[in-house]
Amino acid sequence: MQSIETWIVKINSNKRLIEKGRWVNLTFTFGIGQNDYLFEIIEGKVISTTKRTILTRSGTFKIHGEKIAWEKHWLNIPPRDYHDIFAMLAKKLIIVDGNLTPFMQNLQYFKDLIASNRQSIK
Amino acid sequence: MKSINIEFEDIIGRYLNINVDDTNYRIYVEEAGQGIPLLCLHTAGSDGRQFRHILNDQKITKNFRVIAFDLPWHGKSNPPEGYELNDYKLTTNLYKKIIMSFCDNYKLNEPVIMGCSMGGRVVLHLALEHSNYFKAVIALEGSDKLEPYYDLDWLYRPDIHGGLIQSAFVSSQIAPQSPDKFRHETLWHYMQGGPGIFKGDLYFYWHDGDFDDRSGLIDTSKCPVYLLSGEYDCSCTPERTLATASRIKGAKAVIIPDIGHFPMSENPELFKSYIYPILDEILE
Repeated sequence: MQSIETWIVKINSNKRLIEKGRWVNLTFTFGIGQNDYLFEIIEGKVISTTKRTILTRSGTFKIHGEKIAWEKHWLNIPPRDYHDIFAMLAKKLIIVDGNLTPFMQNLQYFKDLIASNRQSIK
Repeated sequence: MKSINIEFEDIIGRYLNINVDDTNYRIYVEEAGQGIPLLCLHTAGSDGRQFRHILNDQKITKNFRVIAFDLPWHGKSNPPEGYELNDYKLTTNLYKKIIMSFCDNYKLNEPVIMGCSMGGRVVLHLALEHSNYFKAVIALEGSDKLEPYYDLDWLYRPDIHGGLIQSAFVSSQIAPQSPDKFRHETLWHYMQGGPGIFKGDLYFYWHDGDFDDRSGLIDTSKCPVYLLSGEYDCSCTPERTLATASRIKGAKAVIIPDIGHFPMSENPELFKSYIYPILDEILE
């Protein structure tokens, strides 16, 4: 598992990912165990990530999983049930909540954005 | 005129018309090979292209006449006249009737039937109801019941691109080990599905086609049942396949490591190493 900062650099340097997310303008909440992070996205690029300390600040939707679940998701070859966020959802290893419409409208973008923290993805 | 050598694949594609409940369906079908008919049924929301590696495999086609047709509303099989009047919803009865009508019109004699996903479900229905007709059934990613894990309404609404959401949903069902070129070919088929068709298929797969109350009645001495499922299938999981096999006395189940919900199209070479022994056993 890489630091959030390293991950964001990878996201923003991934030209194809940014292209796919060019219609995405929102903030979403990404939860790792006890910690929530607000990912602010403008035209597919992550403009800022803020640790969520004030509970009245939230994203349009939230994706949350335990640290161990994300660590498995980010292995180079993830085990079954951890290899995709929808597989994780089917096994109730993560939760998604909030306004899911923009999430579904850009589902592959968000899947790829989250999976991009895999070390095998340059 | 100069002769031109064209290296065609072995697959021949044609159309035929069938009639089910006074409705005409124009069906697109591909076939290759000779011998025992091996009828292949595609997954929900896709089409017969998923079987191109089986149709083009001469180790298989030397003994089997491999046939893959597109269900109406899928691939190159148009929806019937008047389709615009209703949302598409695949029922168990319609699905079975289309398959049996196809078999009748195509003059198939004791075919083996191999279906994937919803195709893997319907072949279990057919094993029970037509055990004297089918030589064997092979259920790929097949089970007698599933638990839905997302809301189907996301698949068919004007503010979400149908092709992209379908592809994104099923991308979770492909194993990370599968070659990228085949992963994206498999997803492409989903991007091309007609509006609401994947959703309509899942009505059968997730609701109307439940069969766990009857699967135990299948007589495998009349019609052998093979179940093959991928380790990474998060829809028809290995556990669901094995539970189904436990209810069908004499069924043979194998879980394929490192593959997902689309074995024949996402990793054809790995899949073939598991399907060859089954086809050999059927030949014997």
